[in-house]
Amino acid sequence: MHGQGFFFQAFVYLAAAVVAVPVAKRLGLGSVLGYLLAGVAIGPFGLHLIGTEGQSVMHFAEFGVVMMLFLVGLELQPALLWRLRATVLGMGGLQVGGSALLIGAVGLALGLPWQTALAVGAILAMSSTAIALQSLSERGLLKTDGGQRSFAVLLFQDLAVIPLLALLPLLAVSPQAGGGGAEGSWFQRLPALLRGPLVLGVVAAIVLAGPDLVRLAFRAIARTGLREMFTAAALLLVIGIALLMTVVGLSPALGTFLAGVVLASSEYRHELETDIEPFKGLLLGLFFIAVGAAIDFALVASRPGLIVSLVLGLVALKLVVLFVVGRVFRMSFDQNLLFSFALAQGGEFTFVLFSFATQNGVIPDAVARLLVAAVALSMALTPLWMVLNERLLQPRLRPKTASARPADAVDQQSPVIIAGFGGFGSIVGRLLVANGIATTVLEIDSDHVELLRRLGLKVFYGDACRLDLLRAAGAEQARLLVLALDDPEKTLEVVHAVRKHFPRLEVLARASGRADAYELIEAGVSHVYRDTLDTSLRAGTDALRLCGFRAYQAQRAAQTFRRHDEVALRELAHVRNDRTAYINRARERIRDLEETLREELERHEVDRDAGWDAESLRKEFGPIPE
Amino acid sequence: MAPTSEPPHTRILVLFAHPALQKSRVNRQLAVAAREVDGITFHDLYEAYPDFDVDVPREQALLAAHDLVVLQHPLYWYSMPPLLKQWLDLVLEHGWAYGHGGTALHGKKLLCALTTGGRESAYRKDGYNRFTLRELLAPVEQTAVLCGMAFVAPFVVHGTHALADGDIPPHAAQYRRLLTALRDGKLALDAARGLSRLNADLDALVVPD
Repeated sequence: MHGQGFFFQAFVYLAAAVVAVPVAKRLGLGSVLGYLLAGVAIGPFGLHLIGTEGQSVMHFAEFGVVMMLFLVGLELQPALLWRLRATVLGMGGLQVGGSALLIGAVGLALGLPWQTALAVGAILAMSSTAIALQSLSERGLLKTDGGQRSFAVLLFQDLAVIPLLALLPLLAVSPQAGGGGAEGSWFQRLPALLRGPLVLGVVAAIVLAGPDLVRLAFRAIARTGLREMFTAAALLLVIGIALLMTVVGLSPALGTFLAGVVLASSEYRHELETDIEPFKGLLLGLFFIAVGAAIDFALVASRPGLIVSLVLGLVALKLVVLFVVGRVFRMSFDQNLLFSFALAQGGEFTFVLFSFATQNGVIPDAVARLLVAAVALSMALTPLWMVLNERLLQPRLRPKTASARPADAVDQQSPVIIAGFGGFGSIVGRLLVANGIATTVLEIDSDHVELLRRLGLKVFYGDACRLDLLRAAGAEQARLLVLALDDPEKTLEVVHAVRKHFPRLEVLARASGRADAYELIEAGVSHVYRDTLDTSLRAGTDALRLCGFRAYQAQRAAQTFRRHDEVALRELAHVRNDRTAYINRARERIRDLEETLREELERHEVDRDAGWDAESLRKEFGPIPE
Repeated sequence: MAPTSEPPHTRILVLFAHPALQKSRVNRQLAVAAREVDGITFHDLYEAYPDFDVDVPREQALLAAHDLVVLQHPLYWYSMPPLLKQWLDLVLEHGWAYGHGGTALHGKKLLCALTTGGRESAYRKDGYNRFTLRELLAPVEQTAVLCGMAFVAPFVVHGTHALADGDIPPHAAQYRRLLTALRDGKLALDAARGLSRLNADLDALVVPD
């Protein structure tokens, strides 16, 4: 029934996701649980649409975790990471150490040799980055205290995997199952003395040369103007770093996270984010499905009591340790609950670590299989704990915390997005920034971006036509979008997209001339700014003065002209609807100009400043003319 | 009580002029109070005409559609902020507001709602400012009279420099009460005419229901 080629598999996975996730979301369970249930449904113990090849899919899909950490890194400025260092080392160290010892002690009590017990404890101390972060972020909790600290602990666990892989073989209780340690790459065959510096060198190279190399490469790609090249390059970057890390024996997740942090201040950040995001989403979904499908229900069914107590015991032990760690680090009660429930499960690394440990004869195969099933179930239960915490526990705590801690979700968002930072956009941006209004800038010309960033402006490379990029720039939270693009067609395109997808976002659009202004008005934009109007009026005003007008007289004349012109523009924009749309643009422009000029000439400008005119007063009260 | 929908309702237009509202303490709260009164038109001039380009036909139409005009502003150099003066200069045209055929405002009422930094005692013959506020308002009063409008005594918050933040809300409440009474025709206008300021004893002026 299964395994009939790539398309069938893809169909099964995608169909399961498309059916299960919206249902789970609608029920308020979150997407992770949806994916997991989808996995169970199509797995060997459900509809049996996928069999053991689910395992290989899982290995492939683990790459989604790597991408997720890259994206998390992108969101994290190095300065913020530095601030988190105490949390990462302190809380992370305490959590991993505490869990390892406590779980180890239970293992010892159950009759495992101390080496095996310690290995089991250390492995089960890991939590699932994928499940915890995804569950937190889809609830918008990543930036809360609990979210930040969960992240810090997960980061420490990723770091801890490296020494753990090195130490596990030392805990062997039986002869190695063979093959395990001998498969070393050229790197592992290097003398240990050389390996350390090489690892450090690779990391240093990423940190030091990364941003500049990426900037160079992306600038070159930007010049080709091919959008898919960006996607390819972004994927290449992530995969390349993951490979490099694997070669030198570091965790790929950790490496890409590091690369993400290094690139967090790059002008290509939003671009990278939007390119990687969909791949990450799909791969993570695939990963969760695979986890769901991998749960060995035959084993569970054969020893249900044991498995249930293993799962509950694991979750309970981790909860206790996490909660105590939270207390030690003075988290508020509600945030501590969030933190504890988010991390109370086994992690995706445990699958890798268990197979490594059995190969090295540290843990017997029978024990490992039981524990893998328990870990998978604990992962599947996490979204459920999160929902319970959210629905049952937090509402009781909320009144207290709401007053103590106002919302801090939209902390980095700017209220204004400026698309296009040429002459027009830059003046708008400078005026806003000079008056303390934070702005996010999107600019398509990579050379320009370079220069502006050197001047210290917050400018990102990207095409404002892209919906995903607008979203990444914060279009959902922002109040205003200033469209200062050179290309009128593009401006219109963005206007239509924004009105459809971000209806709350107010648009201020630049128009090159009357014809563009008409189209923008028709598209429903009420703030339309013609490029040349204000400068031309100033030139006209000065010309009037040089012809002998008083300065204020000239200015009033220009004000009058301007007001009339704006009114006429809006009137004509509506009349224009009735005409055929086939006339080409150039002819239209000429005809509009003609029409405007004729109207100017025909209109006898009434002096609007009659209040300053004594003519009628002289007529009424003045001396009788001779 | 008369039904709220069709009372003998006075249509009030508040012309508000403050060039730096973001720095204002008292006028800001008075403005909020005025906006809260149902059925009156609050017109923020500096917001409408930051470039002093007053739209004369629009303003004349607004005047025509109201019975009572309130000029609300801080007192600057014993007078009004410049945009309000520009507004008067341009909108009250000869032949429309006054002079031959200028009857558009006849029978309407004009009222000033002012804040002054100096205390009330400063606005006396023997005080620091040598003139009473009513004397200083003579140009506005005469403007009203020339346009055929009845000039009502001013609403004044004196001594704003010395007001603590907590002292402001009662003034705002009084202003709201005054506007509401004016709107509902519940203010004894004849008794109010000669007063130095309306809010000296508002209780005595408001006709009980």
